[in-house]
Amino acid sequence: MAVYIKSDRNDELTAMITGEIDHHSARWLRMDIDTALNDCPPKTLKLDFSGVTFMDSSGVGLVMGRYKNMKALGGRVELVNMPEYIERVMLLAGMDNLVTIPKAKDASGKSSAKGQSGSSAE
Amino acid sequence: MSKKPINEMKLKFPSLSANEKLSRIAISGFVGLYDPRIDELNEIKTAVSEAVTNSIVHGYRNTCGEIELTAKAFSDGLIYIKIRDKGAGIEDVARAMEPLYTSLPDEERSGLGFSVMESFCDSVKVTSKLGSGTTVVLTKRLKTKL
Repeated sequence: MAVYIKSDRNDELTAMITGEIDHHSARWLRMDIDTALNDCPPKTLKLDFSGVTFMDSSGVGLVMGRYKNMKALGGRVELVNMPEYIERVMLLAGMDNLVTIPKAKDASGKSSAKGQSGSSAE
Repeated sequence: MSKKPINEMKLKFPSLSANEKLSRIAISGFVGLYDPRIDELNEIKTAVSEAVTNSIVHGYRNTCGEIELTAKAFSDGLIYIKIRDKGAGIEDVARAMEPLYTSLPDEERSGLGFSVMESFCDSVKVTSKLGSGTTVVLTKRLKTKL
């Protein structure tokens, strides 16, 4: 479990999360992301899930917490590159009402177009 | 479910948060013997992770105790999983199972543990007694016949 922080432009921060997100790892991820947010508050926090191999509802808690922090900063959160089952958990939680979940747009690099459609069907 | 299981596993571990991962590895190993689809395996892993996390975060809050994970496989593809703790117990199970309800709103708990279990398994049964602990029974039938 690790998080790589990348500041693309002045107003955008990407946190690329790798490994497993559970209650145990979430506290470390939280700390790393919040440290980066405090160092250089962005307008948009992008959470990139392409390297996430497992996530339970602790991941939803992680996103909710970052949403609150970004709201306090006057910014927003975007979730990108989510594997299908992660998106399913996020939608189950209604996270699409709080944060931006882009629909299969061709983001540079790997966007999983397959997982983006019909994930709420089941 | 009166039939005899074709395989069985029982695992006991202390309520350390690192053992959330251990429980997932153990259940993956057990269910993996029966050729599950990747999505089925993911769903089972996630549901077990939720139940074990509940035992650690709520059952044994500020203490450490034992968690027991039992898994059984039946010839018709049914997987039976029991997660049991002897912790604090749940005062109002129906309320705890409501989506988004959490007794710990300050700790970034989403309140979705039981919703995820219900969505990812065929059945979820919770029995709990204050001061004696909580038992969660999950069942899921794999698409493959064992």
